[in-house]
Amino acid sequence: MSVDTKTVKRVAHLARIALPEAEVERMQGELNAILGFVEQLAKVDVEGVEPMTSVTPMRLKQRTDVVTEGDMADAVLANAPTSDDHYFVVPKVVE
Amino acid sequence: MTELIELSLAEARDGLEAKRFSASELARAHISAVERARLLNAYVLETPEKALAQAFESDARLKRGEGRPLEGIPIGVKDLFCTKGVRTTAGSAILGNFTPDYESTVTSHLWRDGAVMLGKLNCDEFAMGSSNETSAFGPVVSPWLPPNWDGARARSTIIKATADRDVPQGLLVPGGSSGGSATAVAARLCLGATATDTGGSIRQPAAFTGTVGMKPTYGRCSRFGTVAFASSLDQAGPIARTVRDCAILLGSMAGPDPRDSTCAEIPVPDFEAAVSRGVKALKIGVPKEYRMDGMPEEIEKLWAEGARWLASAGAELVDVSLPHTAYALPAYYIVAPAEASSNLARYDGVRYGLRVEGRDVIEMYENTRAAGFGREVKRRVMIGAYVLSAGYYDAYYLRAQKTRTLIKRDFEDVFAAGIDAVLTPATPTAAFGIGEKASASPIEMYLNDVFTVTVNMAGLPGISVPAGLDGKGLPLGLQLIGRPFDEETLFAAGQVIEDAAGRMALPKIWWE
Repeated sequence: MSVDTKTVKRVAHLARIALPEAEVERMQGELNAILGFVEQLAKVDVEGVEPMTSVTPMRLKQRTDVVTEGDMADAVLANAPTSDDHYFVVPKVVE
Repeated sequence: MTELIELSLAEARDGLEAKRFSASELARAHISAVERARLLNAYVLETPEKALAQAFESDARLKRGEGRPLEGIPIGVKDLFCTKGVRTTAGSAILGNFTPDYESTVTSHLWRDGAVMLGKLNCDEFAMGSSNETSAFGPVVSPWLPPNWDGARARSTIIKATADRDVPQGLLVPGGSSGGSATAVAARLCLGATATDTGGSIRQPAAFTGTVGMKPTYGRCSRFGTVAFASSLDQAGPIARTVRDCAILLGSMAGPDPRDSTCAEIPVPDFEAAVSRGVKALKIGVPKEYRMDGMPEEIEKLWAEGARWLASAGAELVDVSLPHTAYALPAYYIVAPAEASSNLARYDGVRYGLRVEGRDVIEMYENTRAAGFGREVKRRVMIGAYVLSAGYYDAYYLRAQKTRTLIKRDFEDVFAAGIDAVLTPATPTAAFGIGEKASASPIEMYLNDVFTVTVNMAGLPGISVPAGLDGKGLPLGLQLIGRPFDEETLFAAGQVIEDAAGRMALPKIWWE
């Protein structure tokens, strides 16, 4: 399978990466090289094989449902590019 | 004081205990070596004040006879591990000056045991790369010189490239993604370093630089506080100059952690004790599928020699088959990008790091990520988004996860037949030149990990041990793959190889 330029642009948007028109073709070539490489998996007989969901046999750990950490708004916001009064600030989303 | 940086970690530990030198002296020797080695670009942040403060405390403890297992040992930290109050970038511009308010579990274990932090080590952006050329901080230079180069030529090449904002073409890559860790260890800029391995990022750079790299079993080390690339494959481990040093470091780094639900609740064995266990009566498998077309004859020869070394130490060598080996790399290039595209969704310009404004919130995301991610990361995030998108999931991701089951089953069959460890080459070639693969297809770079990636896909432990030099005088490594949570056998067998090959003679200092 290979991707056309329209698909490259759609995937870039899905990935939330701005892709200037001038870079579309190069990206298309690189993505198609990778997709061409992984194509060989079509030769593997996976009939009746379960997909791996956990690489080691482990049961998901559980813990008591209590607050263990919190009350650290300043620390959480310390690295934010913009914040205001303990809120992250984003461009206006709702008119 | 330069002789202090030439010690192995174990020798330094014993010297501190015997009070032959102080932790402060050891720290100062390393701080000075780091400052004089900036041409190699191994450290992206030096933390000499922190190192001296920690060493001061170590000296006080040693004086009181209260030394901890790594008391006063100077180490470097791959910049993928979050360090409280110390900038952490994952080699990416998108993290900017991100300064975590928390410490990764792995590094917190090291500080708990008395280790001293020299600084943060360069790596491929988000650990995506096999040459350390994708880092936003530029490439790391291997301390190993290409054939017929001398130090003067290497220094002037780096200085000129820096002035021209170019890369030092012709010099060698240290491998990646833990290229800063491998170079720092090989150039004696620390006694050991933390690293991470998603497809070979500990073992391949170790092989390229004549150092020892151990990727433990998935779940042996906590992933808490380690910047995530592909969560079902990522695992932390050490790079050091000897097998014993790796065993000492892993003993500290490993262990259960309530903050990582995939971290195994099993006690950490005495890895250092396992180093001298030997391989008598062990069965070592040699898989025919690792004999690749076009592989240099020297690697084939070294592999056979490694088998002989283990045999003369009492192991039984057995031919084995891992039939799905060839499919590990293509399956990896679906699974890893898929997980990366999900993990890297967090870099949105809102909570930390870089932000590039746009007309609305979507455009802000897109501009931020376009400016903050490098080419390799964009490629992988987009491949991941594609293989997970509606209509393609079954053909790509599901098929890759089924293939992964088969790869793991290959190893399970071999271990069920009584094999204790599997011996393979670590890499299909020795180190290549910086910039050499820049214009090639991404696949050519990916092929570096063809022998290491199977181990991540199956969640197994693997160690790379220097075994000799190729015709150009560059180091080559052998890899041993073990049963889940049996790193001890790998340390034992690794030591046999190290003893037989002789400890790797590392390059003389030319970078100062």
